[in-house]
Amino acid sequence: MTDDTKPPDRSRRGFLNWLLGTSIGGLLVVMGIPVGRYLIPPEASESATATVRLPFKPEEIPPNTAKIFKFGNRPGILVRTPAGELRAFSATCTHLSCTVQYREELGHIWCACHNGHFDLTGQNIAGPPPRPLEAFVVNETADQIVVSKGA
Amino acid sequence: MLTRPKWLGDREWLGDVWTWLDARLGLSYVQQIAKKKDVPVHRHTIWYYLGGMTLFLFMLQIATGVLLLFYYRPSAEEAYESVQFLMAEVEFGWLVRSIHAWAANLMILTVFIHLFSVLLLKAYRPPREITWFSGVALLGLSITFGFTGYLLPWNELAYFATRVGTEIIGVVPIVGSFFLSVLRGGTDVSGATLTRFYAIHVALLPAAAAVFLGVHLFLVQKHGMSIPDSAEMNASPGRLMPFFPNFLLRDLIGWLSAFAIIAALAAFFPAELGVKADPFQPAPVGIKPEWYFMFMFQSLKYLPPHILFIEGEVVGVLAFGLAGVLLLLVPFLDRPRIRGDRERLFIWLGIAAIVYIIVLTILGYTASPTQ
Repeated sequence: MTDDTKPPDRSRRGFLNWLLGTSIGGLLVVMGIPVGRYLIPPEASESATATVRLPFKPEEIPPNTAKIFKFGNRPGILVRTPAGELRAFSATCTHLSCTVQYREELGHIWCACHNGHFDLTGQNIAGPPPRPLEAFVVNETADQIVVSKGA
Repeated sequence: MLTRPKWLGDREWLGDVWTWLDARLGLSYVQQIAKKKDVPVHRHTIWYYLGGMTLFLFMLQIATGVLLLFYYRPSAEEAYESVQFLMAEVEFGWLVRSIHAWAANLMILTVFIHLFSVLLLKAYRPPREITWFSGVALLGLSITFGFTGYLLPWNELAYFATRVGTEIIGVVPIVGSFFLSVLRGGTDVSGATLTRFYAIHVALLPAAAAVFLGVHLFLVQKHGMSIPDSAEMNASPGRLMPFFPNFLLRDLIGWLSAFAIIAALAAFFPAELGVKADPFQPAPVGIKPEWYFMFMFQSLKYLPPHILFIEGEVVGVLAFGLAGVLLLLVPFLDRPRIRGDRERLFIWLGIAAIVYIIVLTILGYTASPTQ
């Protein structure tokens, strides 16, 4: 009869501990995969919007004013310059993604969040924005405005 | 064996209840711990109340937060309306929400005061490093509570604050864009962001706070109160106050006063709701974050677009991230203290941080928004 009080074989105990440890470790890692994947949102089909017809007429936007419009699921800004020309840009500030607005007394585009300024070609001229606003192409006919992404 | 406490009086049935419970719950063990716990009395004793005050405000947040859950609906279509309904129709709905909002702000304030008092009195010295780590973690959790809770009413200010705040996370190199999409539940702040923030605010953060709070309180209990150097050297040694009931009763007076102040603030300055969020409106003029983010917000405004080829905001965000890591590591960085030198450097750094935060916060509220 074997002596039960004798400690079991060292290497066998070690092997079992190693097996148990790696199994639990492996289990935890494997459990992390579905949780991690679950938290990453599914890829939303990036709106392939390339052209939008604006829901307002050219005469509704007098010189030295601007309007925000929907360009797909992003905001755009349509500016009529004091000279009467229509220009459109992405309204998402290149600094930290706030939506910009037109300041009539300054005659240029401004972001309220961190005081970023853009001129009427979309260039970042003051404040923290690092890049110009993305410019869109504007086509104006007698009763409609069509804005599309640049080539 | 039977250590029936005196305050039970001499009514026999109460004694019987005590004995019965004691045999099952080990009440006399708890009583012994309470009896042994002392609070040192010296000229800095007042700072010992800040932790308890924060704990009280946190409990108030749990109570009012649970009440808010009864009416709140976490979706972009219904969130604003449900809060509006709560404020306008539900009896005392305005009170519950206003207390939640005020106590949240005061809790952040007491957390900051607690942090800086511990920093300046060097209460993080060995063996209390892990108490400090758990405290910094609780500070992070408190701020995250504030950030996620701010979005839930789905109003214009909250919408843009969240857009900027999450964008800042996206600025972090390498891992930023991953965290950005996990937090937002997509590329933009949307209804998906709201449900995520809701889950984080009402489930994830409370669970994490419970764990860290448990560790923090256990360690405070284990190591006792830290006595500042100056008090140790000057005062006649060993003036102590029993925690129970002397210190606890003083705590309670503080809590009661805080509750009265919060109730008054909630009644006279109820929480506002503002305009419903509209992603197709420009960010409103004079948009501001919550006051405890103001110093960082104002700092970002002063940064130029580029610093040595790196975008200014990246530099700013990394600088604040580095400051956070340094704050966490203070017990290890303040090494000379261990050799017994009276190192003043970290006291001056702490004071500099306080001055920076106060000055930038004031600038944030006084500087014209268009300049």
